[in-house]
Amino acid sequence: MFNSHYQLERYSIGLAVAIIVVASIGGLVEIGPLFTIQQTVEAAPGMRVYTPLELAGRNIYMREGCYACHSQMIRTLSDEVERYGPYSLAVESQYDHPMLWGSKRTGPDLARVGDKYSDQWQVAHLTDPRAVVPESIMPGYAFLERTSLRTDDLPSNLAALKALGVPYSDEMVHNATTDAYGQSAPDSTEAQGVKARYGDATAVRSFDGNAGVVTEMDALVAYLQVLGKLTDVAHAEPQLQGDAQ
Amino acid sequence: MVSTMTVGERQMALGLCVLVALCGLFMAVAGRNDLMGPQGVVVLLAGILGAIVVLRRLDAPEPGPERLASYYDEPIKFGIVAAMVWAIIGMLVGDWVAWLLAFPRLTFADVPWASFGRLRPIHTTGIIFGFGGNALIATSMHVMQRTSRARLPDQLSPWFVLAGYNLFCVLAVSGYLIGVTQSKEYAEPEWYADIWLVIVWVTYFILYLRTLARRREPHIYVANWYFLAFILVVAMLHIVNNLALPVSLSSAKSYSLFSGVQDAMVQWWYGHNAVAFFLTAGFLGMLYYYLPKRAGRPIYSYRMSIIGFWGITFFYVWVGSHHLHYTALPQWVQTLGMTFSVMLLVPSWIAAANALLTLNGAWHKVRDDATLRFMMVAAVFYGLSTFEGSFLAIQPVNALSHYTDWTIAHVHAGTLGWNAMIIFGAIYYLVPQLWKRPSMYSPRLVEVHFWFAIAGTVIYVFAMWNSGITQGLMWRTYNDSGTLAYSFVDSLLAMHPYYIARAFGGLLFLIGTAVGCYNIWMTTRTAPAARIAPAGQVPDMPSAPVVAGE
Ligand code: HEM
Ligand code: HEM
Repeated sequence: MFNSHYQLERYSIGLAVAIIVVASIGGLVEIGPLFTIQQTVEAAPGMRVYTPLELAGRNIYMREGCYACHSQMIRTLSDEVERYGPYSLAVESQYDHPMLWGSKRTGPDLARVGDKYSDQWQVAHLTDPRAVVPESIMPGYAFLERTSLRTDDLPSNLAALKALGVPYSDEMVHNATTDAYGQSAPDSTEAQGVKARYGDATAVRSFDGNAGVVTEMDALVAYLQVLGKLTDVAHAEPQLQGDAQ
Repeated sequence: MVSTMTVGERQMALGLCVLVALCGLFMAVAGRNDLMGPQGVVVLLAGILGAIVVLRRLDAPEPGPERLASYYDEPIKFGIVAAMVWAIIGMLVGDWVAWLLAFPRLTFADVPWASFGRLRPIHTTGIIFGFGGNALIATSMHVMQRTSRARLPDQLSPWFVLAGYNLFCVLAVSGYLIGVTQSKEYAEPEWYADIWLVIVWVTYFILYLRTLARRREPHIYVANWYFLAFILVVAMLHIVNNLALPVSLSSAKSYSLFSGVQDAMVQWWYGHNAVAFFLTAGFLGMLYYYLPKRAGRPIYSYRMSIIGFWGITFFYVWVGSHHLHYTALPQWVQTLGMTFSVMLLVPSWIAAANALLTLNGAWHKVRDDATLRFMMVAAVFYGLSTFEGSFLAIQPVNALSHYTDWTIAHVHAGTLGWNAMIIFGAIYYLVPQLWKRPSMYSPRLVEVHFWFAIAGTVIYVFAMWNSGITQGLMWRTYNDSGTLAYSFVDSLLAMHPYYIARAFGGLLFLIGTAVGCYNIWMTTRTAPAARIAPAGQVPDMPSAPVVAGE
């Protein structure tokens, strides 16, 4: 064995090929089957997609690096289930390109934060966290409320996700800009289409308390309020909770 | 630096700079309503800057053919300086965000770029890719020339690799400030920066192969195996994990091809192997050359080198799933990840032991020479952090440690104790040699740096062990009545003293680095040593490179 290595190390290309082969095996074995084995992702018939406003909020969540401090993945451990709710299922992030499971909990998990607090609480907390939770070490994001949301690029954002397999309809793509406005302006005519396209459970309201303009605060709060709410399979299957150790 | 290129190479360099500038211009104009615009301006300015540097020396005299008789070390000097600049940037930001976690009110007034979430990736990218990456590229160019006894094949591609790589780092870091990120840890840069890195990286690989092809040694030395693995596997990881669909050609935004659980697995296959092949394989390449060189002893065992190398290359790729224990990732993948992580300890410790045993017979040098001590300590921390890593990968341990500061303790035991220490050791070895000085400006300051670095690392790591384990225990403690004993905020309050200690430890480490920069700067400014060999000869070309001895 050591002798043949003594030969191998005379050939740079041979060495390079050997490295590639040896280093590929693990990845192929572990990643390949995740795309083919059906049970990897549970079935969730009625799961809805993010509305354009929520998607914009998700992009703000990524832009500000919230994922660096907050996880969105409740593990199958009893204390986590107790603290944050039913453990996360794979299907819940099936439309998340990329996923935001996170790796550090400087702040609490957010996988099921949707509807846990009121919009007013969320806005006040994002504006100045220590006004709401005096011990908090989270930075404030007051500028979100002053910044109007960019919506002209939402159709192309939805189109890109559609191309990657997220089930957006042509109609959703086409109306993305007006839907973003409509979702945060309940009395407007634009609001009508939102529920029709995304389902009656969709929250249509002014998230930041100011219905005139769509701000980044609207988008981020809309996103936070839908976390854990796109499907209720995790709640609907109580036997799964029995698995928690 | 430009005057060491041939006239033809200078013209090509100018052409490349103009091409880069044009790309920048296109990005700036097409993306003017998007974050792509400012990123285009960065590219444009980089192209213009490069063009100016080349133009100022465009008609310097052509270097003579005698240059071919010596190694080409100019780009290596640049890489070392760049590494130290990034070290200061990365550690400054790292320490700043450490203070922010202790005292969040320090955050600059309400401006988006100043918040923790945008600064943290500047720390990780700046320090891993800026500091670590430049050091890796520079030392690899040094090692491959020495161990092959061959000069780099041309004078343009090394510069292209280094300048292009630094452009990638600048694009990444400036992007985070304005809010451009893919949010994938250690792969935050967006699609256009990723494509650029692929171009740079392929050039780097070809440069490596071309140098090896010119070698005057029948065998490829161990250090080069590691550097090759570093280059090849990082390319594979980078390309797969960054597969994404841009929203449009004029948009900085893209969406990952993968989603949900598959994305999580791809991301941590990437993430852990960034640790494995960026922060470990490449650095082992450094260790396997500089430590024996400085100690003046051949590598302890050739067989251990082989087992260590192939073990690391094979096992590491399986372990990414230990980042996803108890998550929605199927159990069978978690089990594989855990099993391989434990097995990985064997080749890791073989590599560490091989390095430490090499020091047998040279321990008096370790005592007297801070440069060699940096390398020795690096090998020890490598052993420690791989042990800790394999331990953390065991599911019940990970149940406690995951999501807590224990991970941060592990990370910094590895990066401060192992990566940064070996870089400093290598740099203190290289600087006098490359600048042709008899020694560092002040050996005492090397000693000072060493103690600051050690103290900083120990304080940092102990603080985070304490906070991580405290945090993990508080989160899972139940009352007698069967409810959770502590709120999240309770655990946050318990962290406060540790966060202060960590920030202080980091400050010590940063001060040490600053001392190092000063020492390097002064070394380059002192009078050169008298030439030992006549000009035109290869003064430091060894008759035979260090070889593995048995
Ligand atoms: C002056 C020394 C340093 C200080 C004060 C420092 C501080 C920090 C802080 C505060 C964090 C964020 C932790 C959190 O989110 O809770 C961090 C993360 C990180 N740092 Fe450092 N750091 C230093 C040096 C380094 C070096 C030299 C490297 C690499 C070569 C490094 C690599 C990392 C990595 C990879 C992370 C991300 C860890 C994770 O996500 O799990 N750091 N550092
Ligand atoms: C045998 C070798 C090693 C094994 C098995 C190992 C294992 C682990 C484990 C289990 C985690 C925690 C994952 C989690 O709970 O989120 C981790 C995180 C990490 N390790 Fe290691 N480790 C090893 C060596 C190293 C070395 C040598 C370094 C640095 C040079 C390093 C750098 C990191 C980093 C940066 C992270 C944080 C990733 C993140 O969450 O952002 N590891 N490692």
